[in-house]
Amino acid sequence: MLRISNLVKSYGSDKPVLKNLDLTVEGGLVSVIGASGAGKSTLLRCINRLVQPTSGTIELNGVDMTALKGRELRAARRRIGMVFQGFNLVDRLTVMENVQSGRLGYISTWRAALRKYPKADIRRAFDLMERVGIAHYANKRADELSGGERQRVGVVRALMQEPEILLADEPTASLDPKTSEQIMELLRSLSRELSLPVMINIHNVHEAKAYTDRIVGMRFGRIIFDDKPEALDKPAMDEIYAGVPAQERGDSSHAAPAVGSAAMHTS
Amino acid sequence: MTTARDTWHKPPFIANPVIRYTVWAAILVYFGWAIGTLPFDWGRAAEGLERAQRIFSGAFPPNFDRHELLIEGFLESLQIAIISTAGGVLLSIPIALMAARNLAPLPVYWFGRGLIIVARSFHPVIVAIIFVKAVGFGPLAGILTLIVYTIGFVAKMLAERIEEIDEGQVEAMRAAGANYPQTLIYAVFPQIMPRQIGLSIYQLDSNLRASAVVGIVGAGGIGSTLANAFGRYDYDFALAIMLVIIGAILISEAVSGQIRKRIW
Amino acid sequence: MVSLDAHPEDWARFTPRQRMQRYAIFAFILIAIVWAFGNVEIFWPWLIDAPEQMADLFGRMVPPDVTNLRSILAALLETVNIATIATVIGVALSFPVAYIAAQNTTPNAATLWLGRFILVSSRSVNTIIWALLFVAIFGPGVVAGILAITFRSLGFLGKLMGEAIEEIDRRPVEALEATGASRFKIILYAIMPQVMPTFLAVSILRWDINLRESTVLGLVGAGGIGVILQGAIDTFAWQEAATVLLAILALVILGEIISAVLRKRII
Repeated sequence: MLRISNLVKSYGSDKPVLKNLDLTVEGGLVSVIGASGAGKSTLLRCINRLVQPTSGTIELNGVDMTALKGRELRAARRRIGMVFQGFNLVDRLTVMENVQSGRLGYISTWRAALRKYPKADIRRAFDLMERVGIAHYANKRADELSGGERQRVGVVRALMQEPEILLADEPTASLDPKTSEQIMELLRSLSRELSLPVMINIHNVHEAKAYTDRIVGMRFGRIIFDDKPEALDKPAMDEIYAGVPAQERGDSSHAAPAVGSAAMHTS
Repeated sequence: MTTARDTWHKPPFIANPVIRYTVWAAILVYFGWAIGTLPFDWGRAAEGLERAQRIFSGAFPPNFDRHELLIEGFLESLQIAIISTAGGVLLSIPIALMAARNLAPLPVYWFGRGLIIVARSFHPVIVAIIFVKAVGFGPLAGILTLIVYTIGFVAKMLAERIEEIDEGQVEAMRAAGANYPQTLIYAVFPQIMPRQIGLSIYQLDSNLRASAVVGIVGAGGIGSTLANAFGRYDYDFALAIMLVIIGAILISEAVSGQIRKRIW
Repeated sequence: MVSLDAHPEDWARFTPRQRMQRYAIFAFILIAIVWAFGNVEIFWPWLIDAPEQMADLFGRMVPPDVTNLRSILAALLETVNIATIATVIGVALSFPVAYIAAQNTTPNAATLWLGRFILVSSRSVNTIIWALLFVAIFGPGVVAGILAITFRSLGFLGKLMGEAIEEIDRRPVEALEATGASRFKIILYAIMPQVMPTFLAVSILRWDINLRESTVLGLVGAGGIGVILQGAIDTFAWQEAATVLLAILALVILGEIISAVLRKRII
């Protein structure tokens, strides 16, 4: 269970990006929606401490993430998988090496350097790759794959960590509509199979409604909506996206501008 | 999830194992042989530490007492650099035109290329030695050397730039009835001018560096001052000279970088 | 090539202000050149004499004397060995230097400045000056030559490799941080694969340069073909000097061809 309480993040003396935010995730698929700059990406990155929170606590299954340093922090990060908008694969390595890099927090340095992965890890990698349909690409270089395939590699890398929670930062924003639906479907079924809580930042409200169990709406660093997808009606939408042009809200199925603006906001 | 494979090897860089191991073996043998046959004089090298200590203790603190000699040498280096850049750049233009495949007939092209290859292949120090033998010690040998050095770089880069020019403009001038010089002035020079200015500034910087070096073999400038100081075991003066050279190089690099950034 | 009259029906390429600027720049360049010519200590009759002297010198070089070809070739091989060994050592040493000299990987400000100091001092001192120093320390011979080339290469390699590290894609690094990988494993998996092609290209380029530089080491007693050249010139054996010069020409051209082929294979 992930419990975030009173989380504040500010950069320098600027206005805080996250303002006394509270959120609890117990399981299932939770999507976080909101306009560009609402603080979705910062929230996700605070959880695994890629971004340093200013104050507040983040507890994952009883361990407070905010106080950890060095080796302890790395050990805690192993328990949190992350999938990225830009896939963030190492292009010049093979798919297998990319997948095994999810185990780097577990294996020794010499194993990592010599690519002598433990048998159990290799078996797990092939199983997972088989599950998402990329096992035949094991020896291909990551940059030879298509976008959807690359994101599958990203998902398998995160699952290799045997995470207790999976964070996904705009996992479909760089993909075409069809592939994007496939990845959402994959995340949903994996979450069910592995009973893994998944937290997804998403720009596309249509996908959020279709694939996730719970929607969290953010605006200006606060949570202003937290309910079942069915409860996300027009007034709620208007509040979350107040002042955002309609075509950039991402609720008109897969509008191309939504992809563009999402890419801009994370960069 | 039927096939449970539990082994994986990274595909090797060279797929064929015979070639792979041959390459590895060849590399090993080469380095073993190369290191083995080099005439290392271990005894002499072992004494080196002691000698290094003597040199460094002799070099500190750097001695600027003879700053007149130092300034004189430095100004001479600057003069050599300026004259050789101006001369070398001027000569580079016709040579580059000769060595550009799109403008020159084949025999002229090979002649131009040949000049550039020869100018590029010899280290300035070798060229300097020959010029010192031909025209005597002093800055003249340095200037001639650096003119050759300038041609080797500037003419090569310029020729490559000329080969990339937009042919349409040349054609338009020819169609308008322009003769060869007119075509050059209106269709070729405007296209290569920014590159030419950038290269000239870069080369002035390089020539200043190189002039400190060719002086060591007698071609004038601060390099000669340095070689003399080294020869007389004047290590504190040598260190002072080296500090001045390093300072001058850093300044000239920063200045030339700034100017080139503004032009491009 | 442009009219500079100011009559209205005339056309001028530059505004008066631009023209003034251009005049100022031209004047500055002209003054610099005049100053240089006016003050340089050249005995001008020597310049008039120079073409004749050069022709005379080249006349004495033909035909090249090949009686010592065997020892010339041996020295040539020694030159190649010096360049190759020095390049390998230089590359090995430049890894850590590049790592601490790159802004995005250096551990702290002190290491950054240490790295920059190493790069600047290596680059500002020419190979020949390094060779003078090492000959003074270790005595004449290849040890001084190898060290001189190594020290000079270090700055060049370290600077270009450091820039390659600064230009890497940050995203895979972030992804591996999120898996809980240690700093060293991140270097192995996210940084090394990205910079490897540049490292190889830069190393080959430096080998090519080092080949050229190694040909002159002998002139200050640091081994290689330069020793023979110096000997031939000192004894006015111009025909043998011609052979050495031709051998150097062949070596340098061959080196350039080899490095061009290798570079093409990598990229």
